[in-house]
Amino acid sequence: MAKHPSQVQHTTLLPAARTKILGRWGLLKDIRKNPWLYIMLTPVLLYFTVFNYYPMYGALIAFKDFSPRLGIMGSPWVGWEHFESFFQGIYFWRVIKNTLLISFYELVFGFPAPLILALLLNEVRKTVFKRTVQTLTYMPHFISLVVVCGIIKEFTMSDGIINDLLSFFGWERVSLLLESEYFRTIFISSGIWQNIGWGTIIYLAALSGIDQEQYEAARMDGASRWKQMHHVTLPGILPTIIILFILEMGRIMNVGGEKIILLYNPSIYDTADVISSYVYRMGLQEFDYSFGSAVGLFNSAINFTLVICSNWLSRKMNNTSLW
Amino acid sequence: MMRRREGASIGGKIFDVFNYTLLTVLTICTLYPLIYVLFASLSEPTLYMQHSGILWKPLHFNFNAYRLVFENPMIIRGYLNTFIVLAGGLVLNIILTAFGAYALSRKGLRYRKQLMLFIVFTMFFNGGLIPLYFTVKGLGLTNTLWSLIIPQAISAFNLIIMRTAFEAVPDSLEESAKIDGANEFVILFRIMIPLCMPVMAVMLLYYGVSHWNSWFNAMIYVQDRSLYPLQLVLRELLLLNDASSMATGASGGEVAVIGETLKHATIIVATVPILFVYPFLQKYFVKGAMIGAIKG
Repeated sequence: MAKHPSQVQHTTLLPAARTKILGRWGLLKDIRKNPWLYIMLTPVLLYFTVFNYYPMYGALIAFKDFSPRLGIMGSPWVGWEHFESFFQGIYFWRVIKNTLLISFYELVFGFPAPLILALLLNEVRKTVFKRTVQTLTYMPHFISLVVVCGIIKEFTMSDGIINDLLSFFGWERVSLLLESEYFRTIFISSGIWQNIGWGTIIYLAALSGIDQEQYEAARMDGASRWKQMHHVTLPGILPTIIILFILEMGRIMNVGGEKIILLYNPSIYDTADVISSYVYRMGLQEFDYSFGSAVGLFNSAINFTLVICSNWLSRKMNNTSLW
Repeated sequence: MMRRREGASIGGKIFDVFNYTLLTVLTICTLYPLIYVLFASLSEPTLYMQHSGILWKPLHFNFNAYRLVFENPMIIRGYLNTFIVLAGGLVLNIILTAFGAYALSRKGLRYRKQLMLFIVFTMFFNGGLIPLYFTVKGLGLTNTLWSLIIPQAISAFNLIIMRTAFEAVPDSLEESAKIDGANEFVILFRIMIPLCMPVMAVMLLYYGVSHWNSWFNAMIYVQDRSLYPLQLVLRELLLLNDASSMATGASGGEVAVIGETLKHATIIVATVPILFVYPFLQKYFVKGAMIGAIKG
């Protein structure tokens, strides 16, 4: 039972209730004092509410049999049914395996590539040469994804340049994007091509932060360049490497679907289909809205957990974290 | 970074030769795909079809493919739509991000911590693709260019970067402006933004690049082909085997042949504007990458 206002006035307010009411007064007072600040804040909060929080509420359709006609509330509840049919479905292991394998190869090959390039660039003493290499290797980063995939498709066709070159060595021409065994190689290597230069920026910044006197001292002790790299350079940028690696680990279930959707086709689904492309196909191409949402929600939950864990780990090891 | 003049040892010299060679080869490998596309686009289609392997120069240099690209109404339309989205989107992006960043950079703001959490949380958890699709659809934005502008109005990540920049501006400037009777709007647009120009440039670049590259949103939200942004047109032309619709001016037999060089010319037309402005903006891009790296 709610008390009548007159009764409240007579009873002594509990401290918690008092601060709450005072806090509310404070907010009102603050709004009157700085109205413009709150006018600025309103559209921003509205944006996040509508385009981030409302869809979180909309994710409830993962537990329903959603039909646009009935709306989110009107559609009947089905509980965990869609999750169960995803876990038991024949494609569950395929998309999980493909997502993890692509991430794994990305970590093994894609992650060290910019680090190695940065170490090589760090040994260059001719500034002009260094700048030129940097500027030119950054370039592919600025080509749009659609165009990059267009180039990949042109190059991997059976009469494309890659087949031209391989056929010198007696290779039989095949359309590489139609063979599932080549998809990961194409995906990872084109990713390296696009991002190797760009990825060096952060390492080069870390390298320039290393105290030059350490090199001086190492040279005094007669350390060769290899030894200097081993004992001064690498330890100097190790924290950066570890952070980037941990953050990368937090993304292992988060393979972006856009490049995959641009490149794949039904004949290579068995290696190319990942969770995000599966969500798109089931939800928006085959109109199984609730099932697609369930898979998407499952993936969001896992990604969230992984990011929290990797962030916790990075804070533990380096005192550096995202927040 | 002038240091280590010790390369006199033989091992050091060998390493230098090896290093410079490797980096040169690597740079050439990075660039060659683009050069190949350029040469192919300038070649005679029939000669290009017969050719196999590396192209060292255009085969019978000509601009025919480019003429056809610019005659294609879809590409012109796509460029136009992309520029509309870029112009409208960037204005909205900068204003709203600055509003949020400024309000949240004020230390006196009530519930500041909770509001930050409200925004940061969206970076790590989302409701997924399909609920978002229905939200945009429910607002009646689908099949309009607004669907490419409004749902992308604020990036939480950029807001945090901008907030950090605003926080670094000394409070005294704001206080003296307030004494002079300036309200928050005036302070934001007359003091904060002009003082944080390098960060604003980075923001423009970040938002600009994401609008320029975006195709997925257009694919799910826009059905009307006359509203396709450039990237979606490119997807049709380059990836969906739709070369026949490209060569509007060519007769049936020529289409298959010219389609090859046409694709390459399309790639160049879609890429050159970016690669052309990029060297001038590189400084800001690098700055942006650094800010981004520090924040996460």
